[in-house]
Amino acid sequence: MALSEQEVRHVARLARLALTDEEVAALAPQLSSILGYAEQVGEVAAEAVEPTTHPFALADVTRADESAPSLTRDALLAGAPAVEQDRFAVPRIVAEEG
Amino acid sequence: MTAPTQLTQLNATDLAARLAARDVSAREVVDTYLDRIAAVDGVVAEGEVWSAKPADALSPDEPHAYLAVTAAAARAHADDIDARRTAGVELGPLAGVPLALKDVLTMRGAPTTCGSRMLEGWVPPYDATVTERLRAADVVVLGKTNMDEFAMGSSTENSAFGATRNPWDLDRVPGGSSGGSAAAVAGLLAPLAIGTDTGGSIRQPAALTGLVGAKPTYGTMSRYGLVAFASSLDQAGPFARTVEDAARLQAATWGHDPRDATSVPGAVPDLLSGLTDGVAGMRIGVVRELQGEGYEPGVEAVFAAALDRLSDLGAEIVEVSLPHAAYGLPAYYLIAPSEASSNLARFDGVRYGLRVDAATAEEMNAATRAAGFGPEVKRRIMIGTHALSSGYYDAYYLQASKVRTLIAEDFRAAFDDVDALVSPTSPSVAFRLGDKTADPMAMYLNDVATVPASLAGIPALSLPAGLAPAPDDDASALPVGLQVMAPLKRDEVMYRLGYALEQATGFAALPTGPRAVTTQEVS
Repeated sequence: MALSEQEVRHVARLARLALTDEEVAALAPQLSSILGYAEQVGEVAAEAVEPTTHPFALADVTRADESAPSLTRDALLAGAPAVEQDRFAVPRIVAEEG
Repeated sequence: MTAPTQLTQLNATDLAARLAARDVSAREVVDTYLDRIAAVDGVVAEGEVWSAKPADALSPDEPHAYLAVTAAAARAHADDIDARRTAGVELGPLAGVPLALKDVLTMRGAPTTCGSRMLEGWVPPYDATVTERLRAADVVVLGKTNMDEFAMGSSTENSAFGATRNPWDLDRVPGGSSGGSAAAVAGLLAPLAIGTDTGGSIRQPAALTGLVGAKPTYGTMSRYGLVAFASSLDQAGPFARTVEDAARLQAATWGHDPRDATSVPGAVPDLLSGLTDGVAGMRIGVVRELQGEGYEPGVEAVFAAALDRLSDLGAEIVEVSLPHAAYGLPAYYLIAPSEASSNLARFDGVRYGLRVDAATAEEMNAATRAAGFGPEVKRRIMIGTHALSSGYYDAYYLQASKVRTLIAEDFRAAFDDVDALVSPTSPSVAFRLGDKTADPMAMYLNDVATVPASLAGIPALSLPAGLAPAPDDDASALPVGLQVMAPLKRDEVMYRLGYALEQATGFAALPTGPRAVTTQEVS
């Protein structure tokens, strides 16, 4: 299928990618070409076929409920771009009222 | 004592034997490799962790295999190994052998970038299970290797830190996405390497650089500490100059890991005991759909000659059809980007890596991801997000996952009749830098022969089968890989077949040609 620039902008919003106009213009034909190729999977009659996500039928993988050493808070926060009061700091999420 | 000029040309098994006999120390081996890396690869050899030069400062004569060289840690580990060997402590079979680690696997104290600006400067607080097992085997990690950003690519040109070059011809690509690991081993900058393979990212670069590379059965190599691209496909695996070396490295690193929920429980087969048993009486299937149109004549000629060799060795060669193999690549380019779009959502500027400041959290997320990801990663996130979005999921991701079942069933049916399957690994020999960067679909077609085994989860190995000219240069002689595919959890079969063919082929894994990397000693 051909993807319009408007559709590319919609998908970019879903993917949290701030694309430039140039990127949108380049991606529309590229994504259309790739999806057009990938759509060949639709030629296969597969209504009654179960989908595969793992070659072995693993189900309900659990571990013993035992405590074990884990990474410290400091080690985990060390790679963060912004930290406040031992927490990850982010810009405001909800718009201010007014 | 062995002269350093020969040390870097030794395969891992022979090097391990010299180390065990104390002909050479682990420290001497590490120093020899570090000297060569400093002289040849384009790194700034300063400090505890050496960095690669910036992309615009690299010379076209430098392979650029490494992004970071963990020089101090490697020397310390080597000294520790030597001390224990001197004290009479029994060490593992690969003790003291150096290795290059793809920069998608975490190692404490060393940066992990995945070839992306998004993770530039990030130092992980933990070791991947593969890294931990290498350490336990006393394999000495020399550094982290270049790769296509987040393992998305087939040429290593998608790295944010500059392309890696093929040691056989520095104007050509080494394949990808594990091109840095391939160039390290082919360029005598490490005797072994670990790569990762999602749709061919170990096998294709191994083919293009004249190496052995293997993707083990899905679920047998822990993904703990492997930065995820497509979780249902990603597997780490070995690069080596010989089949035996690759088998030894896989044996040292695979097996169940409770920290990876997709890891397959139970014992794994012995890869070494039957390695030299030969192929007499083995039934080998040639996959009809993985040859012909799109494969270079030089590749097909080398492949045909390899089949004759297998036949001479007493194997029975039969043609086999995998009716749905042609749908492997279309299915892959829906499944892998879908999983990638989900996995890469974690790069949001909050917990690690880059942040581009903005007024609100959502604007910060979008600006960070726009600045941190390169074009190919954005493209795949976009394909995946679209394929998983409301109204498209059934026709794209779900349908591709059903086709995946049919491909796995094709393989199962084929393995009722034959012991192993073979095909060319890649439709082409190494191509020139820049040749395929303008056309994403042309780049994706590199994976056409490797993707079916990935989707089925079966083990597959590439080994050098000979040399062929590139279509754009009749005088060139570049490596061609042959792919061996085996049933699930029968990885020992591909190694046994590979070993027999390797012995009959007599391929010398030493780059030659007018633009080959120097193979001379440096000290």
